[in-house]
Amino acid sequence: MDDGIHIEGLSKRYGEGDTAVEALKDVNMRIAPGEVVGLVGPSGSGKTTLLKCLGAVIEPTRGRMTLGGEVIYDSEQGGWKTPDLRALRRDRIGFIFQAPYLIPFLDVTDNVALLPMLAGRANGASRARALELLQALDVAHRAKAQPSELSGGEQQRVSIARALANQPPVILADEPTAPLDSERALAVVRILNQMASQYQTAIIVVTHDEKIIPTFKRIYHIRDGRTVEEAGEGREIS
Amino acid sequence: MISLAGRDILHSWGKFVLTGVGLGLLIGATLTMAGVYRGMVDDARVLLTNSGADIWVVQKDTQGPYAEASSIRDDVYRGLLGMPGVAQAANVTYLTMQVRHGVRESRTMVVGFEPGQPGEPGYLVAGRRLLRGHFEAIADVKTGFKIGERIRIRRHDYEVVGLTRRMVSSGGDPMVFIPLKDAQEAQFLKDNDAIVADRARTAANPALNRPGVPGLLDAVTASQTINHSVNAVLVKVGVGDTAASVAQEIRRWKHVQAYTREQMEEILIEKLVATSAKQIGMFLAILTVVSAAIVAFIIYTMTLGKIREIAVLKLIGTRNRTIAGMILQQALGLGLIGFIVGKISATLWAPAFPKYVLLETADAMRALVIVMVVCALASTLAIRAALKVDPATAIGG
Repeated sequence: MDDGIHIEGLSKRYGEGDTAVEALKDVNMRIAPGEVVGLVGPSGSGKTTLLKCLGAVIEPTRGRMTLGGEVIYDSEQGGWKTPDLRALRRDRIGFIFQAPYLIPFLDVTDNVALLPMLAGRANGASRARALELLQALDVAHRAKAQPSELSGGEQQRVSIARALANQPPVILADEPTAPLDSERALAVVRILNQMASQYQTAIIVVTHDEKIIPTFKRIYHIRDGRTVEEAGEGREIS
Repeated sequence: MISLAGRDILHSWGKFVLTGVGLGLLIGATLTMAGVYRGMVDDARVLLTNSGADIWVVQKDTQGPYAEASSIRDDVYRGLLGMPGVAQAANVTYLTMQVRHGVRESRTMVVGFEPGQPGEPGYLVAGRRLLRGHFEAIADVKTGFKIGERIRIRRHDYEVVGLTRRMVSSGGDPMVFIPLKDAQEAQFLKDNDAIVADRARTAANPALNRPGVPGLLDAVTASQTINHSVNAVLVKVGVGDTAASVAQEIRRWKHVQAYTREQMEEILIEKLVATSAKQIGMFLAILTVVSAAIVAFIIYTMTLGKIREIAVLKLIGTRNRTIAGMILQQALGLGLIGFIVGKISATLWAPAFPKYVLLETADAMRALVIVMVVCALASTLAIRAALKVDPATAIGG
């Protein structure tokens, strides 16, 4: 049983013939439920391509991906296991972006409740779930506020709550601390660790933020489309 | 599921309402144009109704006094009165001209009629009917004349003694009613120089100025200044007779043309108003296209402003149907606001128009449907743009 994230031999090639570019080359990763790992690498190394493959936004060329114990992609067996990638993203993958990208015309509660609603849950139950997450992330007092009324840190916490709303086994965080100062960046990492532990979610944090790299226990370095795993410092965040 | 469109509208209601008001003024102009056409048709019908006639007897081979020049002898009505089925017959004249009052001039249709006969204004809103045989007038309130005011028609002054309403020509000019004899003079009277020249020419003619026949020259001269023409005879048929059968008899026995109410309405609406209707139709088509272009541009711009949000919505699993529905609902919402603003503004400014503007509920309902369809069609451009958004754009890199 492969809970969390398990990637085997993942490759992605853009283009054909002489102009083909191999963005990912035989990538292997394994992240356990409740674990937060860093994915670091220079620009153009393949971080975003890996994230897009994991996020079921683009199709890999080769390999196998398992999320929460379920194979979602296997090139040997016809590619994607489900034709409805939208539902796959909605129900099984949480996204956190560099900027929070909250929906500006929904209040904080509905920004978080939108995902369960899209999954077909009743409005009341969805909002109750949203409030529960907002409390866990210490932003429940801003539940009725509009996104534009929140600070950068509050917005990012709301976006984390949104990523957790449908209890996905996996969260993909794309440079979530980039616009934040050191204190707020470390606070976000602390929250991600708490949430991963509390909800048994595997979290991949794509970053080249030097402030937070030492906090990861495991780090995947990606260069020229290949990953190398190394142990991180796992520094405590005070 | 919450209404994404509703929330977006509430969030940026100021921008939305202002845009809706702008669109609404355009829709108001469109509704008014339709109202102008309806007003013209209604004016034509009211003109026929208020004349009190069942049959219009006019010069042979003409379309009658409202459409083209018609001149018949003023004694034709006597022969008509002797025909079976004719209850009343009266002479009328119509002449569109400038009427002076003080230093100002008004364009009016001067109607000559005989009191108590068809052609008399149906009702008064102020003042009294004509009591004297000359130099009194009843005017439509749209002329702006007041009771007691003196107006000048050709070389004579007339006192306004009564006011009526909704009496306008097919061209929308308000009517002024004066006694038939005065109207005949106003319509056919020559100017003084022409009269003097005619008299001199007659006196110089030895056949007409014969010393052996005293009084001949005076009689000939007098006949030149008296006019015995009118534009039409209005006929009312008796109880139990139909206008069609009586008109048929008139056409058979007299050298004139006789039109029933239906035929006259056809001439007025399908011939006289037709060109204006086409003109207004063109304006309506252009305004509809402009409205559609504006809605399409606004919705498209609003959608482009939300591309990142749409990418995020798609990435987190929102269906295309939901996103398309959001944009469609916003376009329809904009159309609804525009329609409400347009209807209110058209209702408010219609009375200020110089010509009658008739805003019909059925037209408004039709306009609502057209606005909604146009908005739905206009939103397709924005929907296409939104559906093309790649959810991958929400992920940086």
